[in-house]
Amino acid sequence: MEFLRPATWREALEAQANHPGAVPIAGGTDVMVELNFGRNRPPALVDLTAVDELAEWSTVDGEIRIGATMSYTKIIAELAEELPGLAMAARTVGSPQIRNRGTAVGNLGAASPAGDSHPPLLATGATVEADSVRGSRDIRIEEFYLGVKRKALEPDELIRAIRVPAKRGPQQFSKIGTRNAMVIAVCSFGIALNTLDRTVGTGIGSAAPTPRHAGDAEEFLAGNLPWDDRDPVPDGVARRFGELVADAAVPIDDVRGPARYRTHALSVMARRTLGWAWEEYRCA
Amino acid sequence: MTAPTNLESTTSGGVGDSPQRPDGTRKVKGEFAYSSDLWHDDMLWGATLRSPHPHAGITAIDIGEALATPGVHAVLTHDDVPGVRYYGLDHPDQPVLAIDRVRYQGEPVALVAAEHPEVARRAINKIGVHYQVLEPLTDPRRAAFDASAPRLHEHGNVVRHQPVRVGDVQKARAEADVVVQGEYQIGMQDQAFLGPESGLAVPAEDGGVDLYVATQWMHVDLRQIAPCLGLPEDKVRMTLSGVGGAFGAREDLSMQVHAAMLALHTGRPIKIVYNREESFYGHVHRHPAIMRYEHGATRDGKLVYAKAETILDGGAYTSSTANVVGNAASLGVGPYEVPNVEIDAYGVYTNNPPCGAMRGFGAVQACYAYESQMDKLAAALDMHPLDVRRVNAVSEGSKLATGQLVDTPAPLAEMLRRLKNIPLPDPTDNSDIRNLPGGVSNTTHGEGVRRGVGYGVGLKNICFSEGFDDYSTARVRLEVIGGEPAALVHTAAAEVGQGLVTLQAQIARTELGIERVTIAPADTQIGDAGSSSASRQSYMTGGAVKTACEAVRASLFGRAAARFGLPEEDLSLIGGKLISARAGVLVALADFLGDEVIEEVREYHHRPTTQVDPTTGQGDSHTQLALCVHRAVVDVDVELGLLKVVELSAVQDVGKILNRTSLEGQIHGGTAQGLGLAVMEEIQLSEGKLRNPSFTDYLIPTILDMPPMRLDILENADPHAPYGLRGAGEPSTLSSTPAIAAAIRDATGLSLPRVPVRPDDLTPTS
Repeated sequence: MEFLRPATWREALEAQANHPGAVPIAGGTDVMVELNFGRNRPPALVDLTAVDELAEWSTVDGEIRIGATMSYTKIIAELAEELPGLAMAARTVGSPQIRNRGTAVGNLGAASPAGDSHPPLLATGATVEADSVRGSRDIRIEEFYLGVKRKALEPDELIRAIRVPAKRGPQQFSKIGTRNAMVIAVCSFGIALNTLDRTVGTGIGSAAPTPRHAGDAEEFLAGNLPWDDRDPVPDGVARRFGELVADAAVPIDDVRGPARYRTHALSVMARRTLGWAWEEYRCA
Repeated sequence: MTAPTNLESTTSGGVGDSPQRPDGTRKVKGEFAYSSDLWHDDMLWGATLRSPHPHAGITAIDIGEALATPGVHAVLTHDDVPGVRYYGLDHPDQPVLAIDRVRYQGEPVALVAAEHPEVARRAINKIGVHYQVLEPLTDPRRAAFDASAPRLHEHGNVVRHQPVRVGDVQKARAEADVVVQGEYQIGMQDQAFLGPESGLAVPAEDGGVDLYVATQWMHVDLRQIAPCLGLPEDKVRMTLSGVGGAFGAREDLSMQVHAAMLALHTGRPIKIVYNREESFYGHVHRHPAIMRYEHGATRDGKLVYAKAETILDGGAYTSSTANVVGNAASLGVGPYEVPNVEIDAYGVYTNNPPCGAMRGFGAVQACYAYESQMDKLAAALDMHPLDVRRVNAVSEGSKLATGQLVDTPAPLAEMLRRLKNIPLPDPTDNSDIRNLPGGVSNTTHGEGVRRGVGYGVGLKNICFSEGFDDYSTARVRLEVIGGEPAALVHTAAAEVGQGLVTLQAQIARTELGIERVTIAPADTQIGDAGSSSASRQSYMTGGAVKTACEAVRASLFGRAAARFGLPEEDLSLIGGKLISARAGVLVALADFLGDEVIEEVREYHHRPTTQVDPTTGQGDSHTQLALCVHRAVVDVDVELGLLKVVELSAVQDVGKILNRTSLEGQIHGGTAQGLGLAVMEEIQLSEGKLRNPSFTDYLIPTILDMPPMRLDILENADPHAPYGLRGAGEPSTLSSTPAIAAAIRDATGLSLPRVPVRPDDLTPTS
């Protein structure tokens, strides 16, 4: 196996183009596990950590642009105000050591339905910047996930950054695990209220082959929230929202939990996170 | 017996102090060499091919392609085992390498030695094994009672059936005002030590082999390894390497014979290290159990009878199943006085992974069942759970279900009273989500959270039982080094993380009145020390070190008495000086000893126990008994089924505190392992296959799952034991599980007959 450590983004793209099947690596918290278990044996690893700019974030046209090697720890420390949903999700990843190394873009690269970053990225309508020696293109987050560990990247493409719209209202994230830290999601849920447009974004994790929106739930909620008078969410609305979120999931039974539990938990998380987000809106 | 030792001596770091562990700093800094760090410049790497099937015949093994792989030095199968082809802790029924049949998924089939671990790993996949897949027997109840089930061993599928019979249960039923019944289950827990199975085998010029391994009991390893290698025991020299935890999982052999076979075959040192996944297949687990219990009591809560049927799934091979059954039977009703008892405990073979020793050893399973029953009884009688336990509690003078007299302090009622007096924790501070179920996963801000309180009581036997003479041996050498008196303590006892190396030095300091003590590496050049299990090493090897020190002291006093013309009984050793009760300081020990070396080797035996009657279960089978009681406070999110154990309090009687820091660590650790069993730790199986052989999906508690503990430690001495101590490694593992389960029941109102309790057991979907 070749180990490549490009010094610039251009070199990284060339390395990826010249080594079909190469796997990019940043923190290695997913890639190395796959290697150790013998599940994947790529011909080359392209280590992106020498490309310094990738570890940073910037603001571009009202969007936060998160570099490919920016760690969860840095997201928690520096973006909790602008991207509260993503920061909350980052806080639930692994242990401090894992958060120091692991990256949100790595979550996209692995494209596991259980990745913690996916629900907030879906809920906020993020954009994936895919680059290759051929050029650059934007992929809308909901079009990025194709299947379990499959994503809409060409073999020569690397993710340079993700762009996430800065907060336009309260955001929440919630995740079920069978212990109180260091746990892979049994299922997870993210919600983002856009109080300017009066729209709702959602994201469901670990309850379908890919992370996904709960489209019907979003539409229902946007149309039924008391945006003007800021009253509490009527119980019936919250309950229906929970049901619609649960309806959007197609979970399976596996070693982490049964499908019926995942469905149930999603409806509860949807209701609760809505309650917290709405409370924040009411008090704002 | 010698006169009681003066423990108030001025020697620091002695018995009762908490000196630092000699290996502590290196472990914390990551500098300690574990068995997986062993290295030899000439070494080859061994790898093990394992069966993918829980049950299959083997018709042929083709090693040609693997052997032809560049870098591969040897490919071995059962044909290459130099001696006896079977081994086993109690009964040699486990093939070194599968012969014509595999009985569990992960059973070793062939070995490879290669220049590089990766080459070895790839070569094992080139070995062609022709399997004839057979239907696995995975239901332990079927194994116990269904004669039409596939026979896994010649003598049938029952390893041991141990009844216990006291009085007349049929008659007693009529006297009971209230009867409670339940069927309880325990999932398969793993010891989850962090240091995987590993070691180094070095071939010696005399045709023997030197083995450096992480194990719990070198001499029992030796007694199994040597016959398999076709070597006399003195040609197999074992040295304990750095052990990264054990908890019972290293009592059976893993890579020992395999590495030695490859070393003898290739003439090169062989290193084998399992990875985490292989480790899950490479050691035994805790027996899962199905337990049907029935208790009858009078209106005031006095037990009149108990009836129990316990089925323990031993998996594919015998391991220590028979002794686990012995504990589940003899301790089946716990520390309660029950006039009429009918217990039937069974251990069976299945095609599930082999199960054997794990902290608590049969007593854990029983404790979960009888404590769940005590809560049921309290509810049926509208009594406080502590009261129903108190009115039935054993005390000194009581008899166990086996008829054995409790002839040492057993102040259970007092312990329950003390537990009740420990203040309850404050209501949860919801402002920090880390205090709530789910923690930073942000699943609740207080919604759906209900608090429950539960209690658990456990009774554990200390040391080996049922007639086994598990003695220990110690060599103590006293001499002057660099002008200072110094002792060397040598035993074969395994330091597995429990702190025995610290304690051995403490004992030598106290007994010899000196500060400088070195612990020699543990090896088989000295006699047996027995296993680092059954909470027994402080008692047994501690006892051996103490006895050897006493012998050294007696020899010294003999010489001093002659030289100074003083009676021996007047002499003592304090602060490196020889002191006379009458004449004061006689001489500095260093000056008195000069060039002389005093060395003594002693064996220490506990008082004998007896086997139990095979039909009535009666007998004085236990050396020592230990009690621990727990209170658990748990917050449960009843909508999501997530929970947070808020507080665990424990009262334990340890006889004598030898090292408070170590002791509290044992109680905390045992409690945490019990917490794991209560709410998360389970090897999940599907038709005999492991579904979660990784720490990603086999979850053990983190520091955010384990709450602070309040401990109340009692010191009611056991006059039979060194310093009056009572083994302390296991008791807390028993009682924390039922206490937590009871607290969850209290919060939810659910019956929860099975542990670990999972979120879907607690939510309306189930």
